[in-house]
Amino acid sequence: MKSRIILFFLAILVWLGLTWPPDWQHISIGILVAIFVAFMTGDMFTKRPHLFRHPKRYFWLLYYLPIFIWECIKANFDVAYRVGHPDLPINPGIVKVKTSLKSDTGLTFLANSITLTPGTLSVDVDQEEGFLYVHWLNVKDKDIEKATKLIIGRFEPILKRIFE
Amino acid sequence: MIEIIGYIFIAVGLMFDFFGCLGLVRLPDVYNRLQASTKCVTLGTCSILFGLFLFKGFTASGIKALLCIVFLILTAPVSAHAIARGAHISGVKLWDKSVCDKYEEDKKEM
Repeated sequence: MKSRIILFFLAILVWLGLTWPPDWQHISIGILVAIFVAFMTGDMFTKRPHLFRHPKRYFWLLYYLPIFIWECIKANFDVAYRVGHPDLPINPGIVKVKTSLKSDTGLTFLANSITLTPGTLSVDVDQEEGFLYVHWLNVKDKDIEKATKLIIGRFEPILKRIFE
Repeated sequence: MIEIIGYIFIAVGLMFDFFGCLGLVRLPDVYNRLQASTKCVTLGTCSILFGLFLFKGFTASGIKALLCIVFLILTAPVSAHAIARGAHISGVKLWDKSVCDKYEEDKKEM
């Protein structure tokens, strides 16, 4: 039930964004549609709705966003440099990374962050043992532990505080 | 003033989109091409949309641009991940000069 209520508010927010100057006709239709959507798919949205009540997690999310955006910009300059260089200075390979995150949302965000940060692209996830297979544009270390430190060292502690 | 910042964002976005397309042509295999196309094109397009938002402010099109940024950031990496995994499972080889492929080694063991 709680998961349905959260989904309802999220759906209303997106609907308000889509039909911006607010107007009672739009809003009333939006409430009806959001109730329908929340009723049909609400129980699939989140399995642990109590996590949404901790204000600390939102602060960590706000702390995470600037770090993520900064890494993202760095990634773009890195890739642009490698693509623009006449000799193509790349050194690709798929390495294995160990993660201690267990929840679905946490792993999804970790994989997405890996994909959007310098030279790395997540290829597959082994959820049971906590391994991520990452394609790296410029392999610096093939060892699991060192690669883990280099690739996800900055994100994992923060994501753990947000999603676990 | 705010329009100039908007123009700067749009110009930077176009530049990154250009590098993404250049990478798509120049890099050797599927995985490397995905690297260039996801990173550069995602941020480039987000930057263009943010520039549009600065022009329009909190109007109908401005808010839609912000929503598009959120959806792009959430979905682009997921689709790249799906393409990379699908390519690897159906047997697309890495580039000859690749350093290592731990995924291939683990797949043989399974």
